[in-house]
Amino acid sequence: MKKERVVGLEGSFAVAEAVRMANADVIAAYPITPQTHIVERLSEMVADGDLDAEFICVESEHTAMSACVGASAAGGRVFTCTAGQGLELMHEVLYIPSSMRLPVVEVIANRALSAPLTVWCDHSDMMAVRDIGWIQMLAENNQQAFDLTLCAYRIAEDSEVLFPVMVHIDGFYLSHVIEDMNLPEDEEVAGFIPEYEHPFTLDPDKPVSMGCYGPPFIYPETKKAQEVAFENTISKIIETWKAFGDRFGRHYAPVEKYRMEDAKIALLTMGSCSETAMLAIDELRAKGEDVGLIRLRLWRPFPFKELREAVKDVEVLVVLDRCISFGMGGPVCSEVKSALYGLQKRPYVVGFIAGLGGRDILIEGFEYMIRSALEKVKAIERGEEIEMEMIGIRDGEGE
Amino acid sequence: MEICIYGRGGQGGVTLAELVTHAAISEGKHAQSMPSFGPERRGAPVLAFLRVSEAERIKVRAEIEEPDVLVVLDPGLLGVGDVVSRLKKDGIAVVNTKKKMTEIRSDIGVNKLATVDAMGIARDVLGLAIVNTTMIGALVKAAGIVKLESLEEPMEERFGKVATKNIAAMRKAFEETVMS
Repeated sequence: MKKERVVGLEGSFAVAEAVRMANADVIAAYPITPQTHIVERLSEMVADGDLDAEFICVESEHTAMSACVGASAAGGRVFTCTAGQGLELMHEVLYIPSSMRLPVVEVIANRALSAPLTVWCDHSDMMAVRDIGWIQMLAENNQQAFDLTLCAYRIAEDSEVLFPVMVHIDGFYLSHVIEDMNLPEDEEVAGFIPEYEHPFTLDPDKPVSMGCYGPPFIYPETKKAQEVAFENTISKIIETWKAFGDRFGRHYAPVEKYRMEDAKIALLTMGSCSETAMLAIDELRAKGEDVGLIRLRLWRPFPFKELREAVKDVEVLVVLDRCISFGMGGPVCSEVKSALYGLQKRPYVVGFIAGLGGRDILIEGFEYMIRSALEKVKAIERGEEIEMEMIGIRDGEGE
Repeated sequence: MEICIYGRGGQGGVTLAELVTHAAISEGKHAQSMPSFGPERRGAPVLAFLRVSEAERIKVRAEIEEPDVLVVLDPGLLGVGDVVSRLKKDGIAVVNTKKKMTEIRSDIGVNKLATVDAMGIARDVLGLAIVNTTMIGALVKAAGIVKLESLEEPMEERFGKVATKNIAAMRKAFEETVMS
């Protein structure tokens, strides 16, 4: 049976432990709040000899990702992490490992984007990297931050995957919170992540070219191949999570359900607010309401099949976005709507935006969203158009 | 149980919350410590949050709005902001102060109060004007959330050689804390 012990660990340190146990070869990262503790911890581990890795102190996130691309192409197991503006500065390079099929693993301590200057959590940084071709998943607590980072290596390096993986842990809510979690012993983990061998690495004895010119006669074919291979990763992701569950007893799925039995109304969340949302669902269930919670664990590739299955008997789906796409509304809500549009029978989808820039979402906030969504559905049935609502916003009156 | 630690940036309120979290977890309880997020500002009023639960996993991830216990590291903060008024009606305020219980009671309108001269103890025992570890003794006396012994290992891990002094300061505060 698995050997684990209960420890109190900060989310950032939980990530660092996973990277240490995965025995990463190269770490290239630039510190930025709220990701800083991950970098600090890893550099300590390297300095103390607890992790035999090359720690590259870079001058920017752009260089951090460039160094990861090079190290991964040379066959190294690599790690980086960033947040908010740092992810934006890294953006240009993010497409390279996904197009070159390099299994870089990165953790994002999600942070809102300036201006006004902010270091606090929301999902604006995550949404700005939707289309980069990385596998992307979200943790809700420190245990999951550890588990998913570990799984990220096994998924990324699977010879049928070979895509970079991004694990999102909400800045501060996970990165700076200490809580109890299970930490497996090193030898348990060693058996879970196989030795890594990329089929085509940079090697002076067997020269290969990577990232060559892609003129119009070949570029579209490369993109088609990339998309097909990327969509096919879902089965491998599920397979790895199953292997993890068999070994450690914690089970993950692309779409996870909470108290969805006979639910007519479902709330959909992503990330660290999901456990608070569970408390709201518990309270509403205690009052006899048919509500449940759906969480998107996997964000890319988008789990179309699993989402459609999860909402097949739902009448109203309430979607929370922690990000605003200006002039358009909530990006998660719009993707959920498009995922369901082709169905004959589909729920009403009502979106809300909350939790921007580190504003807490409380239990009452979730209860409000659900009540308000039911009112909005009545309006839709009367033929009225409904507007996207940002909750908890002071309007200047009576303040 | 929800506990707010009210101090100034640099006084170690976050460390206090973290040490108690580790102690509670070592006793098999569920615990969560959460700083008031953001850039650190030395000297500015800062809150740290701590939740301890015997049986159930702590799921809520938000600042504590109405604490059961309020630990005040700096008596100068009693008149600052609305922090004290957010304490639950039957909640207890644990205050670092030289003043007598009767004197301070008029400054702070709470039902239950625990006081200790943590600054005096910290200066005597640690030779430092940092009261966070000392105030853990007062918190444990007033709220009994963990055993004093459970703090020893987290302090040793955190402070190394100087843990002994911090443990002594904590124990002294435990002895000297007065409760209404």
